[in-house]
Amino acid sequence: MRFPVWLRPVLFILALLALWEIAIDLHPGQLMPGPVAAFAAIGELLQHGLLLKHVVASLFRVTWGFLLACVTAIPLGLVLGWYRRGERAFNPLVQLFRPISPLAWIPIAILWFGIGDLSSIFLIFVGSFFPLLVTAISAVHNIPEVYINAGRNFGLSSVDFFVRVIYPAVVPQLLVGMRITLGIAWLVVVAAEMIAVNSGLGFLIVDARNAGNRYDLVVAGMIVIGVIGLLLDLGMRALERVKSFQWTNQEN
Amino acid sequence: MALPGIAIPDQAAAPKLQVTNLGVVFQGNDKTIAALDNINLEISDGEFVCLVGPSGCGKSTLLNAMGGFLSPTSGSVSIDGELVSGPDSRRILVFQEHGVFPWLTVEGNIGFGLAKLSRSERAQRIAHYVELVQLQGFERSYPSDLSGGMKQRLQVARALAVNPDVLFLDEPFGALDSITRVMMRGELLRIWQAERRTILCVTHDIDEAVQLADRVVVLSSRPARIQNVLTIDIPHPRNISSPRYLTLRDELLKMIGLAYEI
Ligand SMILES: Nc1ncnc2c1ncn2[C@@H]1O[C@H](COP(=O)(O)OP(=O)(O)O)[C@@H](O)[C@H]1O
Ligand SMILES: [Mg+2]
Repeated sequence: MRFPVWLRPVLFILALLALWEIAIDLHPGQLMPGPVAAFAAIGELLQHGLLLKHVVASLFRVTWGFLLACVTAIPLGLVLGWYRRGERAFNPLVQLFRPISPLAWIPIAILWFGIGDLSSIFLIFVGSFFPLLVTAISAVHNIPEVYINAGRNFGLSSVDFFVRVIYPAVVPQLLVGMRITLGIAWLVVVAAEMIAVNSGLGFLIVDARNAGNRYDLVVAGMIVIGVIGLLLDLGMRALERVKSFQWTNQEN
Repeated sequence: MALPGIAIPDQAAAPKLQVTNLGVVFQGNDKTIAALDNINLEISDGEFVCLVGPSGCGKSTLLNAMGGFLSPTSGSVSIDGELVSGPDSRRILVFQEHGVFPWLTVEGNIGFGLAKLSRSERAQRIAHYVELVQLQGFERSYPSDLSGGMKQRLQVARALAVNPDVLFLDEPFGALDSITRVMMRGELLRIWQAERRTILCVTHDIDEAVQLADRVVVLSSRPARIQNVLTIDIPHPRNISSPRYLTLRDELLKMIGLAYEI
C-alpha cells in the first residue's frame, strides 16, 4: 500500500506522540507532561483567548523587527555590494557586530526602550539586520556578470539599473536569506519575551513556570512556537517558488 | 589609416563604424596583458562582418571596446563619426548564453529596452519582434521554459527591439548543439536581410563565417592584430557546394592555419 508523500511525516509524528504518551504513562513520576496534557493545555489557552493574544503579540514584534531590518539592511547591502569601496570601509564594522548575539543586546534594549514591545522589536531588528546585510552584499557579488553586461547594453540610469537589473537578479538569494533570517527572528522573539515584556509566547512559557510550575503550559507554548516557526518557513518557501523569483534553480 | 585589404567596398560612403589604431592592455596585479594591438577596421552600413581567431586572442575584448563596455588604452572607436565612450542602446552586445533576463518573460525581455515608449508602441514593437524571431505562443513564458536556441533568438530580439545601429554578437550560437546552430544561422541571415542592421559577429565556426559574412576578419593570437580580411563575394542564398564557396572556405582555413582552435 502506498501512502501519499505528505502522509509519511504526519504518521511518523503521530507515532512519536503515541510513544511519548505511553512513556509518560508508564512513569508517573513525571519529568515532563505528556502530549495529551500539553494539547489539553493548548485547548485551555484557546478557551481563555490567551493563545491568540500571545501569538499575536509575538508575531507583531517579529513582523515589525524583521520588516524594519529588511527595509534598511537590504538596500544598504545592495549598495555596499555594488560599490565595493563602500563595502571595504563597512566590512570590519559588520564583522565586529555580527558575532554579537542579539541576546547580548537585551540590557541595552531595556535601557533604551524599557520593558515593552519596542525592546523586543529592537532585539529582533538587531538579530535580523546583520544576516540580511551580509546576504544582500554577497547576493550582489554573486550576480552573474552576463546579466550586468546585458543590462549595461541599454544605457540605463543608475537608479533604473538598480531597480531593473540588480534587484531582480538578487531576489532569489535574498529570499533564501530572508527565510533563514526570519527563523532567527523567531528564535530571538521568544528569548526577548522571556525578559523584556509581559506578553507573547516567550512570556507565556516563563510565566507558566513561575506561576505554579504549569509545565503542561510550558510544553503547550513550545509546541505552538514550533508550529508557527514551521508555518513561517513554509510561507517563505512558497514565496521562493513564485515563477519570476525562482529562476536561479534552473539557470547556470 | 586603413590597412590594405580592408578598404570598404563602397569608398564613397563614410564608414558606419571606424576603429582607429585601437589597443587594449589589461593591468593585472603583477603583470599586464596586451589584448589588442593596433586594430584598424572600417565597417560600412548594413555590412555583416565575422571575426575569427584563436580562443583567448582578444575577440571579446574587441567587441567590448567597440561597444563602449571597456575604454581602450589607445586609439578610438567611432560610429557615424561619433566617438564611442560608453554603452548605450544604439549598439547592443549579444552574449554566448545566459544573456536573457531569467526573471522576465519573453515579452518582458523584448520590452526591456523600450521603457520610454508608450504602452501601445511598446506592445507593437514586442509583437513585431516576437514574430521576427518566431517565438509566437511563448510571449508569457520564462526563459527557463525555452530551449537554448529560443533563448538566443530572444536575446537577438531584445537587442533588435531598441533599433540599434550596430549589433555585436559574441559567439552567439557557440553554446548550442550543431543542428540548432545551423538552423540559427539561417534565422540570423533572414533577420539580417529583413532588418539590415550592421552586424559584427565573433564565431569559431568557419562555415558560419563563410555562409553569413560579407567579410571575414581573421585575428592573430594574443595580442590580437588583424591578420587577414577575406571578402565573401557570393550573393545570398549561398550554395554551400558551389566551387566559389568551397574556394573561399579553403582560403579562410588556410588563413587560419592549423595552429588555431576551430
Ligand atoms: N578584464 C580583464 N582583465 C584582465 N585580463 C583580461 C580581461 N578580459 C580579458 N582578459 C584577457 O585578455 C585576453 C583576451 O580575452 P578575450 O577577449 O575574452 O578572448 P577571446 O574572446 O578571443 O577568447 C585573455 O587572455 C584574457 O585572459
Ligand atoms: Mg570570447
